[in-house]
Amino acid sequence: MMARIVSAVYAALIYGFIFLPVAVLVLFSFQGTLFPIPPFNGPSLRWYGAVLSDQRLTDGLVNSLLVAFITSALATIMGFLSAWALARFWLPASAMIRGIITLPLTVSYLIIGMGLLVMFNLAGLPRSLFAAGIGHIVINLPLCFAIIYSQMGAHQANIERAARDLGAGELRVLTLVTAPMLWPALFASFFLAFTFSWDEFIISFLLTRFDTTLPVEIWNMLRAGLNPKTNAAGSLVFGVSIVLAIVFEIVAFRKRVA
Amino acid sequence: MSETVVVEKVSVRFGSTLALDDVSLTVSPGSYTVLLGPSGSGKTTLLSVLGGFQEPTSGRVLIGGEDCTHVPPARRPTTTVFQDYALFPHMTVGNNVAFGLLMRGMAAAPRREKAREMLAVVGLAEAFDRKPHQLSGGQRQRVALARALVVEPKVLLLDEPLGALDLKLRRQMQDELKAIQKRVGTAFVHVTHDQEEAMALADHLVVMNKGRIEDEGTPEKVYTRPATRFAATFMGESTIIGNRAIRPEHISLVAGEGNLGRARIVDVTYQGSFKRVAAQGKETLFLVRLPADVAIAIGDEVGLACDAARMIELPS
Repeated sequence: MMARIVSAVYAALIYGFIFLPVAVLVLFSFQGTLFPIPPFNGPSLRWYGAVLSDQRLTDGLVNSLLVAFITSALATIMGFLSAWALARFWLPASAMIRGIITLPLTVSYLIIGMGLLVMFNLAGLPRSLFAAGIGHIVINLPLCFAIIYSQMGAHQANIERAARDLGAGELRVLTLVTAPMLWPALFASFFLAFTFSWDEFIISFLLTRFDTTLPVEIWNMLRAGLNPKTNAAGSLVFGVSIVLAIVFEIVAFRKRVA
Repeated sequence: MSETVVVEKVSVRFGSTLALDDVSLTVSPGSYTVLLGPSGSGKTTLLSVLGGFQEPTSGRVLIGGEDCTHVPPARRPTTTVFQDYALFPHMTVGNNVAFGLLMRGMAAAPRREKAREMLAVVGLAEAFDRKPHQLSGGQRQRVALARALVVEPKVLLLDEPLGALDLKLRRQMQDELKAIQKRVGTAFVHVTHDQEEAMALADHLVVMNKGRIEDEGTPEKVYTRPATRFAATFMGESTIIGNRAIRPEHISLVAGEGNLGRARIVDVTYQGSFKRVAAQGKETLFLVRLPADVAIAIGDEVGLACDAARMIELPS
């Protein structure tokens, strides 16, 4: 009995440690007065109204969604194609190629962002959403590759052989058989990449200039000092992340059941 | 050329091992050919060569009179039923069966109709809208068969198609395979290591070992007059004495010596319709099949005899 109480308290403390800051952030985004500090006067939606009527924040929001959508789609397609090549065809030094593709997972975003910044300077590519998008593909491709590669087994290779045997060329094998068969893995890697791109800060910060993503806009806002508007913007970002995580869980869970 | 398939002096080399060693084979129209052999005998490699999944190192493959040696699987007049069925898990049974027709550019309505007809041939008309994972092993097997047959191949290749089924279902599907083959009239080439299955199905039986064809012919010919020692022991059991093989059912018990000498019974297995007996002679362990009602026990001393005409002469 005692042990159960202790473990329950311990669990409560752990969850509190993790989620209390987020809970406070969300709570004070509903603050009715000018400062996000106790006492709580609310709830009020005035700061959400302020966020949504702030041109820079809504631009950032749209930019973030665009960058996340396009880069995750590209990273998923590129990850799928490279996984297919490495799982299905004999390539020289394929273990090394696999290692190099997944290597960026171990490099910090700061290093990747700085490296790209230096390189884009040399190449004459200005800081822009486009440059940040390339950065997001760099960080998400290894992840997409690893997820999809892990799902490509020998059984599926045999199913692809059956399709070829029945007269399908490689393009139709890929589009009618391989991709639909790996649909849960493709979906999962897209959503995971979307989540990472959505709240990525350092690379976007280093590689964008005038048009930028929402996390960078929030950071700009924070430099002017704390107010409940930043809380509201942060809560919106958090809300989207939660939705993405739930979708990801559902997809991943369905995959295990099937 | 009237033969459906002609394999001419085909060899396949994997590094230093010779998986197929100068194999020649013909498959007649409408025949049921079974490739029988232990694992590593080259039977699956030969099937892959026929299907186009494996290019021979040397030799030629003619299908319907055309040289198909270097033609990829997609453009061969062959289809394969894989051991694990390899059904498309994301498609309905109907779309699985219609896939080959879609690849051939057939319009949707006739495609569905032909798929339905072929599903009816294999006895699964009602499964059209179901998904493969909702079917039993035997049903998936039939879907795989229908999917391969619907495109009207010149030869249907079956890679251990019954290997994943339990014994009872296997015997049942075996009869059904034979019936379907007779109904559609397509030449079947079937790979198995199960000699009972091979005997039940084959019009033409091919016994393989170590990348070579050891013996071929009707099951009766291969059983009664095996060409090699390997064929005599792999296709049914035999006792080998020098250059001669004796089938267990041709040995009888006699009083006194008998032409095979005296032996001591070392094992008796009751099989229902007969008793399988092992008897240790002076130098040879005899395998004997006796009627089920013969009273015999381990330790008995018996005389063994065999009609000289029943002994199979083997090439030395």
